[in-house]
Amino acid sequence: MPLLEVKNLTVEFQTASGPFRAVDGVSLKVDEGEVLAIVGESGSGKSVSMLAAMGLLPWTAKVTADVLTFNGRDMQAMSDSDRRKIIGKDIAMIFQEPIASLNPCFTVGFQIEEVLRVHTDLGRKARRDRAIELFQSVGIPTPEERLGHFPHQMSGGQCQRVMIATALACNPKLLIADEPTTALDVTIQKQILDLLMKLQAEYGMGLIIITHDMGVVAETADRVIVQYKGRQIESADVLSLFENPKSVYTKALLSALPENAVGGRLPTITEKLTDAEIFAGALR
Amino acid sequence: MFRFIFGRLAVLIPTFLGVSLIAFSFIRLLPGDPVMLMSGERVMSPERHTELMHQLGLDRPMYIQYFDYLGGLLTGDFGSSIVTKRPVLDDFVNLFPATLELSLCAIIVAIALGIPAGVLAAVKRGTWLDQSLMGVALVGYSMPIFWWGLLLIIFFSGYLGWTPVSGRISLMYFFPQVTGFMLIDSLISGQAGAFKSALSYLILPTVVLATIPLAVIARQTRSAMLEVLGEDYVRTARAKGLSPFRVIGVHALRNAMIPVITTIGLQVGVLLAGAILTETIFSWPGIGKWMVDSVFKRDYAVVQGGLMLIAAVIMIVNLVVDLLYGWVNPRIRH
Amino acid sequence: MSAVPTTTEVKTGGKPPSGLSEFWFYFSRNKGAVIGLVFFVIILFVAVFAPFVAPHAPSSQNRELLLLPPVFQEGGMWGHILGTDAVGRDILSRLIYGARFSLFIGLVVVTLSVVSGVLIGLIAGYFRGKVDTFIMRIMDIILAFPSLLLALVLVAVLGPGLLNAMIAISLVNQPHFVRLTRAAVMTEKTKDYVVGSQVAGAGTLRLMFLTILPNCLAPLIVQATLAFSAAILDAAALGFLGMGAQPPTPEWGTMLAEAREFIQRAWWVVTFPGLAILITVLAINLMGDGLRDALDPKLKRS
Repeated sequence: MPLLEVKNLTVEFQTASGPFRAVDGVSLKVDEGEVLAIVGESGSGKSVSMLAAMGLLPWTAKVTADVLTFNGRDMQAMSDSDRRKIIGKDIAMIFQEPIASLNPCFTVGFQIEEVLRVHTDLGRKARRDRAIELFQSVGIPTPEERLGHFPHQMSGGQCQRVMIATALACNPKLLIADEPTTALDVTIQKQILDLLMKLQAEYGMGLIIITHDMGVVAETADRVIVQYKGRQIESADVLSLFENPKSVYTKALLSALPENAVGGRLPTITEKLTDAEIFAGALR
Repeated sequence: MFRFIFGRLAVLIPTFLGVSLIAFSFIRLLPGDPVMLMSGERVMSPERHTELMHQLGLDRPMYIQYFDYLGGLLTGDFGSSIVTKRPVLDDFVNLFPATLELSLCAIIVAIALGIPAGVLAAVKRGTWLDQSLMGVALVGYSMPIFWWGLLLIIFFSGYLGWTPVSGRISLMYFFPQVTGFMLIDSLISGQAGAFKSALSYLILPTVVLATIPLAVIARQTRSAMLEVLGEDYVRTARAKGLSPFRVIGVHALRNAMIPVITTIGLQVGVLLAGAILTETIFSWPGIGKWMVDSVFKRDYAVVQGGLMLIAAVIMIVNLVVDLLYGWVNPRIRH
Repeated sequence: MSAVPTTTEVKTGGKPPSGLSEFWFYFSRNKGAVIGLVFFVIILFVAVFAPFVAPHAPSSQNRELLLLPPVFQEGGMWGHILGTDAVGRDILSRLIYGARFSLFIGLVVVTLSVVSGVLIGLIAGYFRGKVDTFIMRIMDIILAFPSLLLALVLVAVLGPGLLNAMIAISLVNQPHFVRLTRAAVMTEKTKDYVVGSQVAGAGTLRLMFLTILPNCLAPLIVQATLAFSAAILDAAALGFLGMGAQPPTPEWGTMLAEAREFIQRAWWVVTFPGLAILITVLAINLMGDGLRDALDPKLKRS
C-alpha cells in the first residue's frame, strides 16, 4: 500500500477572466522511505497540487480527484478536523521562504512546541525537552538559548532548520518539502539538502521534494515527475530519466542545465518548444 | 528597549515645549488688550491698567514671561480662571474623570466590537457579511456625531423615553466622589438604583462617542487581517494542523494587532475631539464641555490651561501606545 | 502560491491599457465607489444650480407656516417637501443652498492644506537633516491637540465665521499631508530613477517637483478625498458649536445648532440637515475607498 496515492487530481481557481486550471489530472504515488521529486517551472502547479492534497488551499480553489488517500485513508471523505489530526503530525510540510514561513511575533520555541501541544499529550517539560532534542538533530547550536529567539534574529538557513525541526516534531510518515533550498545561499543549500536526506534516512519517511532544480533532483530523488503548466509530462525513476528522457520537454530541461551548455549560451525551453509539442507526449 | 523608551522621551520634550509655546502665545494673539482679557475687567483707569499690567507680569520682556509661564507649568500652576478665580488645574482634576469615564467606555466598546467585526469581515471576505459590516463601518466613519447624538436623543429619550437626556446621574442620588467614575462610585455608595441610573445616563453618550473609533478600528482590523492572512506563516500554521480558530485568533490576529494598536492610539485625539461635541449635546460635565463653555465665556486663562493639559494627556497616551507597540512587535523590542 | 495567476498576467498581447482606462477599470469595479460618485455628482449639480433647483429662497420666511412638518407626515404640504423651520423657512431650499457651502468649504480646505502640506512635506523629505527634524516637531505639536479643539481655539482667536473656520480646519488638516508627502518622498528619493535623473544633472527643483512628486500622488489623492469629507464634518461641527458660519447662513451645521431647541417638538428640523451631511460625507468616502483601490497598486487584486 502506497503512503500517499493521488489519481487524476485537478485544481481550479475562479479568476476574473473565468476559471483557471492550475493542476490538470495529476497522479502520483509515494511509498514509505521513498524520495519523489516533482520538477517544473514556476507556475507548473507543483506546489498547488501538494497544497491541494493536504487541503491547505483557500476555499476559492475547486479540488477534485479520483483517488486521494494517505496511508489507506480517504483524505477527501474525511472531515476537516480529522484531516487536521493527520496534517502536521503524519504529513508535514516545509516551504520556500523560511523566514517568512515562521511567525514573526512568536519565539521559535513557541512555534515548535505548539505542534507538540496540538498533536501529542506531552507535558510542558517534555515538550521543551523534545524541542531541544529536535534542534540538536537539525544542527542548531545552543538549542536552549535558541528556543527563546524570534525568527528575525536568525538567518535564513537557521530558520529553515527550525522549520525542518518543527516538521519532524511528531515523527511524520511523509514530509513535503516545497523548494526547500531555493531562497537560501548556495553554500547553505547544500547543507540543508544533506540534512534533509540524512533525516529522511534516519526517520525512514517518505519525502516529496518540489523543485525547479535538476541538480537537486539528481542528488536526492529515487523517482521523478516532470510537470508543465499543471500537467504531468513524464514520470520515471531518476536514472532512466537522466539517461533516457522520453519527453521533448524533459530533454530540453536537461539540456538547460549549466553543465550541458554548449558555447557561451544556455538554451532556453520556450523558444524551442510549443505547448502542443510538449503535451504531445504527456501522460494520461 | 531602554534606548527605545528614552528615544521616545527625547522627542516628547521639544513637543512639550512647542505645545507650551502655542498655549502661551494663544492669549497674546487674541485681538484686544491682554490686560483686559486676563483680568476680565471691562472698564479701567490708566492707573489701574498699569497696576494690573505689572501684577500680571505683562510689562516684562516676552521671553521672561514665557519662562515664568514654563516655570509655572512645571510646578503645576496652569493659571486661574478669570471668571471663577479657581486654579485651572483644580477644575481640570475635578472634571477630567467624567471625560475619562466616558472615553474609556467608548474605546472599550469600540475595541470590543470593532476588532471582532474586522476579523469576521476579513475571514468572510467578499461575502454579504463582509459587505454589510464594512458598509455599516463606512456609515459610522462618515457620521456627524453631533447629529447622531441628537437623533438618539429624539428616539431613545423622546420617543421611547428609555434614557435620560443630559447629565451623569439622576439628582435623586448623592454620594461622595471616590474614584470620580460614576459607575464605580455608585457601586461603592451601595445605594439601590444608583448604578443603574449612572449606567442609563452613560449609554447614549458612549454610543455616540464610540461610533467613529469603532468604525475606524473595524476597517483597520479588516485590512490588517487581509494582509496577514496572505502571509507564509499563516500557511505554515495551517500546515501544522492547527484549528482555524487558532490560526486566525492566535497566529494571524497577533500580527494584525500591530497596526491596529497604532490606530487605537490615534483614536485618543479623535475621542477628545468627539468629547467636545458629545459632552455639549448631553451636558456631560467633562473637560470638553468645560473648554467650549470657556471659549464662549471668553475665559481665556482656562482655555490656555486646558489646551496645555489636554495636549499633555494626549502626549502621555501616545507615549504609552508607543511602548505598547514596542511590546507587541518583537522586531522593535529586540 | 506562485501558480495562481493574476488578471494582469492573463492580459497578454495587445497594447497596455491607458492610465485613465485602467483607473476606471479598477474604480468602476467597486460598486460603492460608483454609487458614491453618482451621489456626489448629484450634490454637485444641486449646489451649482441651487437658484434654479431650490423651490424657495433660502432666507425667505413664511410667518404663517412655522415648523411645518414634511409632506409625508400629516399636516405637510407639497410646497415645502421637507417642511419648514422655526421661522418658516423652507428646509429643502436651505439644504440645497447649504450644499454650496459644504462643497466650497471642502474645496478650499483641501486646496489650502494640500498645497501647504505637500510643499512642506517635500522640503522635509527631500532635504532631511535639521530642516526635517524642525518641521516634523512642529507637525507633532499640531497633532498633539485634538483637531476640533485646536480649530475651535483658533476660531476663537481669529473670530467666529466661515472664512476663519476654513483657515483653522486647513491648519489642523495639513500635518497629515506633510507626513504623507515626506514619507513618500523619502521612499522615492532612494530609487534608481531619481538617482539617474540626479546623475543626468537635474536641478533640485526639477527633482523635487517633476521627478519625485508625480510618483507620490496616489496616496495624496486618496488622503485629499478623506480630508475633503473630514473638512465638511469639521466645518459642520464648528457651525454646530456656534463658531463656524453664523446664522442665518444656511450652512448645515449651523442649521442643526439653530434646530437644537426644537428637538422634542419638530424632528425634521434636526433630522434633515444631519442627513444631508451624512450623505455627502458618505458619498465622498465611498469614492475615496474606490480611489484607493484603483490607485494603490499594493491593494490591487483580481
